[in-house]
Amino acid sequence: MLKIEQLAVCYEHKEVIHDFSFNVKKGEVLSIIGPNGSGKSTILKAVSRMLPYSAGTITFDGENMRQLSSKEIAKKMCVLSQRNQAPADITVRNLVCYGRYPHKKWFERLDDEDYAIVDWALEKTQLTHYKDQSIAALSGGESQRAWIAMALAQRPQILLLDEPTTYLDIAHQHEVLELVRELNRDMGMTVVMVLHDLNQASSYSDRIVVVKDGYRAQMGTPDDVMTEQMIQTIYKMEAEIQHVEWDSAPRIQLKNTIKC
Amino acid sequence: MIRTTRSRTIVILTFALTLIAAIVAIGLGSVHIAVPDILKTIFNGREEGVFTTIIWDIRLPRVLLALIIGANIAISGALLQAVMGNPLADPGLTGVTSGAAAFVLLIMLANPEYTHLIPIAAFVGGLLAATIVYALAWRRTGITPITIILSGVAVNALCGGVIGFLSILYSDRLPSAVQWLNGSLAAKGHASLQMIYVYAIIGWILSIFAIRKANIIRLGDQVAVNLGENVTRIRILLSILAVFLAAISVAAIGMIGFVGLIVPHMARLLVGSDYKYMLPMSMAMGAIVLLLADTGGRTLFAPLDIPAGILMAVIGGPYFLYLMRKRAF
Repeated sequence: MLKIEQLAVCYEHKEVIHDFSFNVKKGEVLSIIGPNGSGKSTILKAVSRMLPYSAGTITFDGENMRQLSSKEIAKKMCVLSQRNQAPADITVRNLVCYGRYPHKKWFERLDDEDYAIVDWALEKTQLTHYKDQSIAALSGGESQRAWIAMALAQRPQILLLDEPTTYLDIAHQHEVLELVRELNRDMGMTVVMVLHDLNQASSYSDRIVVVKDGYRAQMGTPDDVMTEQMIQTIYKMEAEIQHVEWDSAPRIQLKNTIKC
Repeated sequence: MIRTTRSRTIVILTFALTLIAAIVAIGLGSVHIAVPDILKTIFNGREEGVFTTIIWDIRLPRVLLALIIGANIAISGALLQAVMGNPLADPGLTGVTSGAAAFVLLIMLANPEYTHLIPIAAFVGGLLAATIVYALAWRRTGITPITIILSGVAVNALCGGVIGFLSILYSDRLPSAVQWLNGSLAAKGHASLQMIYVYAIIGWILSIFAIRKANIIRLGDQVAVNLGENVTRIRILLSILAVFLAAISVAAIGMIGFVGLIVPHMARLLVGSDYKYMLPMSMAMGAIVLLLADTGGRTLFAPLDIPAGILMAVIGGPYFLYLMRKRAF
């Protein structure tokens, strides 16, 4: 559904993403992984039009994204960054309501249908209980869920998440990723996310793209990608791939840094 | 829900308070007029009465002017704060006011035959100042308080220089401009009122449309883009509106500082940062604050008429320091 072809991104006159192509299939969870500074977030930002790209094409269901208006894109696709700042006193429900704005003309007010969608989004993210609380009063995981609820209210076909777990502790990381999985399985939401944690990428993704120095290093299912060889070349770490009975995805056990 | 009801009540009460304050202020002065007489005179229209001239020709225009301009400057500050994502943005600190003032003086002192162009000159000067501040203050990561203050200092210094230069070149015509420079509402009657009220009403109506956009950009650029908004266009449009409101105020009564800084801050404390309430609240509070400054200026030291701009500076400066101390920025 989303096709990225020969993407190049320049950052202060230096090309940081080179000839990068991949496609996202409808209904899958695709993760982008890679070392710090490899350009994985940059790719997501270019796709989500936060950063301009200097070459290549991005098409959504066959339509060139450059030809679509910002508002049309907002109805199809929603991006969440690793850290979002909202005015501290905004309530969860009000925040989620903003997700309906792309569907409204500038003079239109939200109607009952919009509020029904907002309530549905709150319920999906288990925030109904917190709807009148201010964002500042929420924990990290809850506030990340509130932002996801806002994204859901936008009713996108594809959700882009930029390191959704980076600033969360392990319990909240788990909570957010489980929510992502649920949205994917129950609603068929297509998800593209940038992740740091290899094990999280492995167990929550259908396919993984590995980025190194702005180039596409590998792409495939977790079983294809998560190899000792890959971790050695990309991260310069020695690792062992394990298979455990409670998770079909390969587990990565890191051992030593390889000394050059 | 409880919060929004509370905010709505506060906004409505403040508007009611503005009305009461206005009526009281009309009564104050060298000739004291009781409230029933004020109401009677106003509702009787311009029919001859004891207080008709005082109220209709002197006090009412002055009070209305204070209300309108206070509202304008406060809205202008609130909009600039949304645009720059920073509570320090204010038409005074960012140099919009002095930019407009320099251009007004250019006409008032150097080309007095073009007096009718004063509002346009103020608008152009304000826009120019705002553009320079943006160019100087904008960083990749947005606008920080430090860059705003620094670029504001630069623009204010530049405009101060122009104003000083003009004052020396045309020192013979200066006395007429002194009252204006200090932000005085004295001797500003129907003429100023008539000049400003149409512009002000246009500005206020546009401000209503600005509320949703202001709310969206305060969620951050990334979220705004995500919601399909053109952030740069919103910034430019809201800035133009803010400059417009500040500039017509400068054109009418000169430089008045701090209203655009203090009022939105107080409004935010009272009703929260949702512009749906914060903007009308700023409008009402701005009107009250300037009315107080003007009425205080003309009554406390009577028969002296202290310009409202001077009183605002004397009160606003310390309040600003207090905010700094509380690390509100």
